[in-house]
Amino acid sequence: MKKSIVSALLLGVVLLFLYLPIVILAVYSFTDSTTIGAIRHFSLSNYRVLFTTPELKHMIGGTFLLAIGSALLATLLGTLGAIGAFYSRRVGKTTISILNQIPVINADVVTAFSLCIMLVVVCGVDKNTFFPLVIGHTILCAPFVYLSVTPKLKQMDSNYYEAALDLGATPLQALNKVILPHILPGILSGFVLSITLSLDDYFVTTYTKPATFDTISTYVVNATKGEQTEIKTALWALSTVIFIIVVIAVWMMNILAKNAEEVQDYEAI
Amino acid sequence: MYFSRKNLSIPYIIFLLAFVAAPMLVVLYYAFTNGEGQFTMTNFIGFFTSPNTIGTLLYSIMIALSVTVLCLLLAYPSAYLLARLHGHKKPILLMLFVLPMWINFTLRITALKEVLTTLEGNLAFHPFLNTVIGMTYDFLPFMILPLYTVLEKLDTSLMEAAADLGANPVQVFLKVTLPLSVPGILSGITMVFLPAMTNYVVLDMMYNSTYIMGSLISSYFSAYDWHNGSMISIVLLLIIFVLTIATKQFGDEANENRGTVL
Repeated sequence: MKKSIVSALLLGVVLLFLYLPIVILAVYSFTDSTTIGAIRHFSLSNYRVLFTTPELKHMIGGTFLLAIGSALLATLLGTLGAIGAFYSRRVGKTTISILNQIPVINADVVTAFSLCIMLVVVCGVDKNTFFPLVIGHTILCAPFVYLSVTPKLKQMDSNYYEAALDLGATPLQALNKVILPHILPGILSGFVLSITLSLDDYFVTTYTKPATFDTISTYVVNATKGEQTEIKTALWALSTVIFIIVVIAVWMMNILAKNAEEVQDYEAI
Repeated sequence: MYFSRKNLSIPYIIFLLAFVAAPMLVVLYYAFTNGEGQFTMTNFIGFFTSPNTIGTLLYSIMIALSVTVLCLLLAYPSAYLLARLHGHKKPILLMLFVLPMWINFTLRITALKEVLTTLEGNLAFHPFLNTVIGMTYDFLPFMILPLYTVLEKLDTSLMEAAADLGANPVQVFLKVTLPLSVPGILSGITMVFLPAMTNYVVLDMMYNSTYIMGSLISSYFSAYDWHNGSMISIVLLLIIFVLTIATKQFGDEANENRGTVL
């Protein structure tokens, strides 16, 4: 009994450390205070600024567009890469997995710096074309798609593919009807992971973005340097909105995953 | 048309060669040349002889060590307790520990900064401490996850056997649980140590004006000094290389775990 109290206390303290700042900021986002601790009145002005300032709306829209676009590209490349590598001979497989591992373990600053030097300084690509930015975000995400698809391929029974061929399917049909449905959970989790990685990125964005474009990360960092309190407190509202969206999304994915498991259990019987 | 499954990886291979391998070679070239394109070791020697850059390297390592140790101290007991939980509360609690990973880190650091400012009055009084707290706050889920994955898979009958054979709980932990969880500890360290040496955004947001390795790249970049910027990248790559060699046999497994967290 005593033991369980101690462990609950410990988990509680760590959770408090993780969530207290976000929750405090959420509470203050609903007031007209400009600093934490000063007790003021209830106000929705932060949310009004957040949803009506064109600059903020563009920045948020651009961030999500970039995240979805580069996640789609990364998912396509990473999935094809994983399938191809899985059925390649040893040398090909090793080469891809080593190259794939570089952006994963490399520091983001180094990935961003090296890509910018190559594309912008050496090849003279204009940052305003958004090409370096999209490539940068795809580089950041695709390796994780590869890593989440590969285990699903390993788990698959290779006889299914052979059976499909024996029954008259073309290799392309067998790929579409047998392999892809099997690895779909891996592809989906790779896609979701890609979106969150892109949304969280600061370094690749700063080194490759056009000067007039900002994502949430670069915008927040610049805003905290300036002294515009109206924007500063509107960002508290943004933090709260994102927190709520993430909680709902994670909660829903949890339910979906549980349902999928039940369906699988049912099918197994 | 002839179709082969292995050819599907061709676009990805081209992509990796063009945007991962080629930039590394470009950085390597810049690091060992000067403005006229001649081979030189000046950048390299300059880095290891200047007290400023060596000081930055040591300060980064100090920050990274403190953050890694603090993350381990908080994450290990949490992951251990989570892995030992049973029932319907377990997935929800695990989710709670991992969820902050999905929230933009600059927004989370803003939140932490406001709280620390209220507590301390002025962040500038404790730059080192605040940076360590900020980075720990940022990276903690990345340490908990690999530890949890390893601890969760541990065969509890091994611990029971040790206890039956007369080991006390402390001995069971030190001689069975801890050695078996080394892969998780190592992959947690690789996920925290390097970002802690390079994430200068957390540092800047905490008003810490001392440079770490990431700040050096940033400042050379702003000064259009590609050669010294590349040099720092090479030094960081060397550190990554050493870390990877040290944790090699466990690395792939741990990263696959990260990929399949959903």
